[in-house]
Amino acid sequence: MRSDAPRASLPLKLAAGAGLAFLLLPLLLIFVYAFTTEEKSFQWPPPGLTLKWFAVAWGRPDVWAAITLSVQVAAISTLIALILGTLCAAAVSGSKFFGREVISLLVILPIALPGIVTGIALRSAFNLFEIPFSFWTIVLGHATFCIVVVYNNAVARFRRTSGSLIEASMDLGADGFQTFRHVILPNIGTALLAGGMLAFALSFDEVIVTTFTAGQQQTLPLWMLEELIRPRQRPVTNVVAMVVVLVTFLPILGAFYLTRDGDQIEGTGVGVSHTHRISFREQNQ
Amino acid sequence: MFYLGVMLPLWSSYLVKVYAWKLILAKEGIFNWVFEQLHLTPVLDAVLSIPVIGGNSLSVSYVGTFLVFTYVWLPYMILPIQASIERVPANLIDASADLGASPLKTFRHVIFPLALPGIVAGSIFTFSLTLGDYIIPQIVGSSRLFIGQAVYAQQGTAGNIPLAAAFTVVPIVIMGIYLWGARKMGAFDAL
Repeated sequence: MRSDAPRASLPLKLAAGAGLAFLLLPLLLIFVYAFTTEEKSFQWPPPGLTLKWFAVAWGRPDVWAAITLSVQVAAISTLIALILGTLCAAAVSGSKFFGREVISLLVILPIALPGIVTGIALRSAFNLFEIPFSFWTIVLGHATFCIVVVYNNAVARFRRTSGSLIEASMDLGADGFQTFRHVILPNIGTALLAGGMLAFALSFDEVIVTTFTAGQQQTLPLWMLEELIRPRQRPVTNVVAMVVVLVTFLPILGAFYLTRDGDQIEGTGVGVSHTHRISFREQNQ
Repeated sequence: MFYLGVMLPLWSSYLVKVYAWKLILAKEGIFNWVFEQLHLTPVLDAVLSIPVIGGNSLSVSYVGTFLVFTYVWLPYMILPIQASIERVPANLIDASADLGASPLKTFRHVIFPLALPGIVAGSIFTFSLTLGDYIIPQIVGSSRLFIGQAVYAQQGTAGNIPLAAAFTVVPIVIMGIYLWGARKMGAFDAL
């Protein structure tokens, strides 16, 4: 099919190229600004290039504290999301029960609603139960929307994984845990890894919900927001912004390649279950 | 490659993107510099002098806010549209061309109606995200409040969470109506 498709015309190529440039050039611009010698303004073109801001940023304890907190929060909320999201996806895709549609809607809601609504809801809930704002309130807030990403990835893979594989494993005498360990996990593993990476990136970057659920701590996005509103040392912000772009690029690449390979694994999975079904039929005859 | 080119800005940090635009739109920044090189500064000044959307400079005007909103949410529009266009059967396009339609006509009468659910689905994301955002108008924009900023101001400095919560009902209701309309147009099947 695809090979029959006509090649894109020149105007279409130009339009697509212009769109890509619009998307990518602003990010590249930050890279240039990280090396500028100009300290007080955002002057373009930069009057000179220097490496000294990397050293300055390296020596700043507040930057390190923000990065550490962000990594911890992202790691723990990704872990929570992986467990709860997979369970949710297994329940929704594996069985039919009363309120199933409602649950799948409720899980997706934190992403569909504006972040400010989720933030206010969490904040008033914490106030209501008199929970003091801490590291754990940030994690809770992040986990709500991290679950969505993991859930979406897992539910798509569950839908494409044939149920007869699980039945076959049960028929052959595996208990529930063994089936999960040897049949389900290898099938959904790459989807979970991709979902987990995206959840991590999402949490690492989240700012709106965090402003409502954080106490005195500053995650990296909160630190950046502070610098945007009340700049202290602009070049340091440039360097941190550049590093953030580079760091987020890696999980995206990883998730991209994982889900692509996953499609091939899933293809063989269907093939296996198909042969299973044929052999069962042969036995019956 | 193209897919990655869209995914990278989508997943890179929201604040970094806003920050990049603060660099671009600054008075001494690249945007003004380009206009100066092209001797188009009067055009820019004319746009900025329009009463409501203009301002002292791009970074404190609604024009700037619109630009940043457009940039930040663009990938959320590209991906659903791409998904729905990809699902348009190629033989329909061939048939339309065989029957003598020009590419423009094929687009207008075949591709566009079939891709419409994807466009509506994309607009759900962009609309919802813009509605709830209070950081972009705070950093790039005039002093007038967007609804998200009003909520944030009420809960933060004023400490009036009930009023803030009441404000959030507005975007919830708007989104509810919007989602209902989108569902009628079949946008959920395109997700």
